[in-house]
Amino acid sequence: MTVLTHAFTPGPIVASGPVKLTLMAPVARFSLRLRAANIPAVSMAIGVELPITVGERASNGTTEAICLGPDEWMVIAKSDNTDTLVSACADIYASATHSLTEVSAREITVRIEGDRAAELLTIGCPRDIDSIPVGGGCRTVVDGVTVVLWRDEEQSFRMDIWRSFALHVIDLLCRGCKELAAE
Amino acid sequence: MLLIHCPYCNQTLPEAEFTYAGEAHIARPADPSSVSDEEWRDFLFIRTNVKGPHYERWRHFHGCGRYFNAVRDTVSDRFLITYKTDDPRPELSDLLEKSK
Repeated sequence: MTVLTHAFTPGPIVASGPVKLTLMAPVARFSLRLRAANIPAVSMAIGVELPITVGERASNGTTEAICLGPDEWMVIAKSDNTDTLVSACADIYASATHSLTEVSAREITVRIEGDRAAELLTIGCPRDIDSIPVGGGCRTVVDGVTVVLWRDEEQSFRMDIWRSFALHVIDLLCRGCKELAAE
Repeated sequence: MLLIHCPYCNQTLPEAEFTYAGEAHIARPADPSSVSDEEWRDFLFIRTNVKGPHYERWRHFHGCGRYFNAVRDTVSDRFLITYKTDDPRPELSDLLEKSK
């Protein structure tokens, strides 16, 4: 059995069976809050057109953003882009007020993929997984824990989980993988 | 499980993503130091406790995080409407007419 520790070393968690789980490498994460009027200026600064519908995503290849609420976005970037992004946003702060908070250490990401990935999610997530379009995402709940779910392909998801809840959620997912494998 | 329409996400989503947040449209006195003890008590604790359509607040806790208002029938648990916090309070008679 895979034993995860709080070190969260990236790598496979469940490597075979109908659903595979992989702990992904660290990335830079930012929580971005701003008013609608400042969206164009901030979009220009981070290089991604911020989507304005909750659940929609946008990406420029290195940086991607998901709209989590009417005035809230999660921005994911490569770790070595952190400084560029922060300084670009700082430069426009005077004319386009916003709040960009680095939360890289707050969450870890698990890749959930395989023929029955969507089915696996239903063990803890009350949301209709089919209602999440490919290329979309949402913030939702898994067994009482708030997570951000990104649907990259029909059967490939990323789940951002706060570190302190991650062992619990990953343990639940592992258990689900075992059940699916045993069928 | 109840399905609740979030006016900010514009989606109808399971109850497990939401938390209840008490009665809606209760305004905090503009100048708290000038109100009497009785008025302050009423503001803090006295609620309508209706049997039937109830104006209440909900929060999309595991989602967009926003508070919004709803009218829910406390007997049947049926939601007559959900609306954004800054929208005007809808008339109950209109809602009941529409839900017929």
